[in-house]
Amino acid sequence: MGSQSLVICTADAEQLTIAGSGAWTADNAARLEACIDDARPNDASRLEVDMGEVEEFDTYGAWILERLMRGDGRPRQVSLVRLPEKFHDLVEDVRRTNRTAPTPSRRIAWPLARLADIGRGVELAAAEALRLAAMVGALAVLFGGALVAPRRFRSTSIVHHLDRVGVRSVPIIVLITLLIGAIIAQQGFFHFRQFGADDYVVDLVGILTLREIGVLIVSIMVAGRSGSSYTAELGSMKMREEIDALRTMGRNPLEVLVLPRIIALVVALPLLTLIGAIAALVGGGIVASIYGGMEPSLYVARLREAVSISDFEVGMIKAPFMALVIGLVACTEGFRVSGSAESLGARTTSSVVKAIFLVIVLDGIFAMFFSSMGM
Amino acid sequence: MKDAGAPKAIEVADLVVGFGRKSVLDHLSLDVRTGEILGLVGASGSGKSVLLRTMLGLTRKRQGRITIFGVDRDKATLQELQALERRWGVLYQQGALFSSLTVFQNIEFPIREYLRAPQRLMREIANAKLEMVGLKPDDGDKLPSELSGGMTKRVALARALALDPAIVFLDEPTSGLDPIAAREFGVLIRTLQRTLGLTVFMVTHEIEALRTICDRIAALAEGRIVAIGSMSQVLESEDPWVKSYFRGVRSAPTSAPSPP
Repeated sequence: MGSQSLVICTADAEQLTIAGSGAWTADNAARLEACIDDARPNDASRLEVDMGEVEEFDTYGAWILERLMRGDGRPRQVSLVRLPEKFHDLVEDVRRTNRTAPTPSRRIAWPLARLADIGRGVELAAAEALRLAAMVGALAVLFGGALVAPRRFRSTSIVHHLDRVGVRSVPIIVLITLLIGAIIAQQGFFHFRQFGADDYVVDLVGILTLREIGVLIVSIMVAGRSGSSYTAELGSMKMREEIDALRTMGRNPLEVLVLPRIIALVVALPLLTLIGAIAALVGGGIVASIYGGMEPSLYVARLREAVSISDFEVGMIKAPFMALVIGLVACTEGFRVSGSAESLGARTTSSVVKAIFLVIVLDGIFAMFFSSMGM
Repeated sequence: MKDAGAPKAIEVADLVVGFGRKSVLDHLSLDVRTGEILGLVGASGSGKSVLLRTMLGLTRKRQGRITIFGVDRDKATLQELQALERRWGVLYQQGALFSSLTVFQNIEFPIREYLRAPQRLMREIANAKLEMVGLKPDDGDKLPSELSGGMTKRVALARALALDPAIVFLDEPTSGLDPIAAREFGVLIRTLQRTLGLTVFMVTHEIEALRTICDRIAALAEGRIVAIGSMSQVLESEDPWVKSYFRGVRSAPTSAPSPP
């Protein structure tokens, strides 16, 4: 099949004859095109195409024939002979296609295009900030309204999401924070031992986990675990017009979908932070007793001296704000999903990246705030 | 009309498909002849789509044999299966266009995968297919999310036909198209069938499509083919479901009166 000849070209002084044969089908299309190009049909003043010996024929063959007949637009004599009756309709159909070229998209010169990109980026960033602010405003109004009419809180939904983002993330949060606490303690012992400052490892673990690491690690975990799932859920609901359906039923999607999710997150994150902090302290204690040779009772006693209630407060105050930021970013990104699967992926990624970035920025702002407050 | 002795494109014998304890297709047998357009009708939930998906190898069967162009999926080698998949095109009910590719890229995808065709030829063929299903070249650079329901269906049809397959499976092809577009679609299928010897297996709900497009009709009820044959043969069936489904047609004249 591969070596079967598709065209026989005979040229004399005034006429080029292209006689087709065999299978003018998709599988041979590339070879057929090359054979015909070799004959340089556009240079001939008269062209005759003989289709009498073509046995198989499909759209590919029909298009290549049509292209041959059209030539390059110069006037010349072209004739098509012995086209089998059964191929007529297909040739007619194909003849109607590829008449108009698609309108080319406008291209801008390189430096201008870059400038346009920068401008678009600034616009996007501004729009992003505006969207977040609008979401905060809309949710504040809804929350206020729900305080007046508590039925609008949708307790079933809140409890469902509390279970998903809270209860179900306990195991992984405990595991991660336990390991982080253990690693900090191990590093502490390894380095502090050189100065004989073993005891201060407990201060290190206690203050670090309660003030910073506990809430930060938990927030990052929650942004990756729950923020992404919020974005994906809302995004796929948007893709399948479920959100439009809610709206046309006279329900506000923010009230039905977003408010319960964010409330659940704001309740769950401080609790997870507490659990995470405990786990980190336990992790530190395990390393202290195994690796540092410190009695557990001594570890606890030392811990009571080292940390104050304000360390704990600093960590816990931050948690609900972190939750709010994660929830807001996740839900706004979810609503920005457009039709394609690709955009769902892009929005989910951007939700997690943005949430983690904002969590860390917020943590920095809090650090400055608390140190100026003397906490 | 094709005679009964025509070679078989698809042979389904004694097929049983079920989920859990329930069996959806119960010892079903069906033959599709080469070069015919067979329309499958059945109530919602009667297993039409399950039958289609089982033929395509997407759903597992419990028992029975499916042979398409002499290739039995259970016994075929990987190469034989690939060769078979090269020769069929599928139009899914929701279009199933790749949402991250443009319309042109969607149509070019099977061409790019199976043929070594130059980019220019590929684009021209894709454009020809696009225009053959009634869209404009300007639509080619759109993304699937920018298309209307009817346009999605047409693009999906263009993609199913991209490789000029020998057989196409159409799942509810005319739903979502307006009557004029549905008729045009029927004419298109007819043209392709004449020139390519195309075999068409289509699942449909629309009596209009059955009457104008299909050579034969098979009715699926209670997991079995209860009636098969030309429109007039199926109309004579005594099966209660078939009777109620075609009630309107039976009372009306079988073919529209020709204008004077």
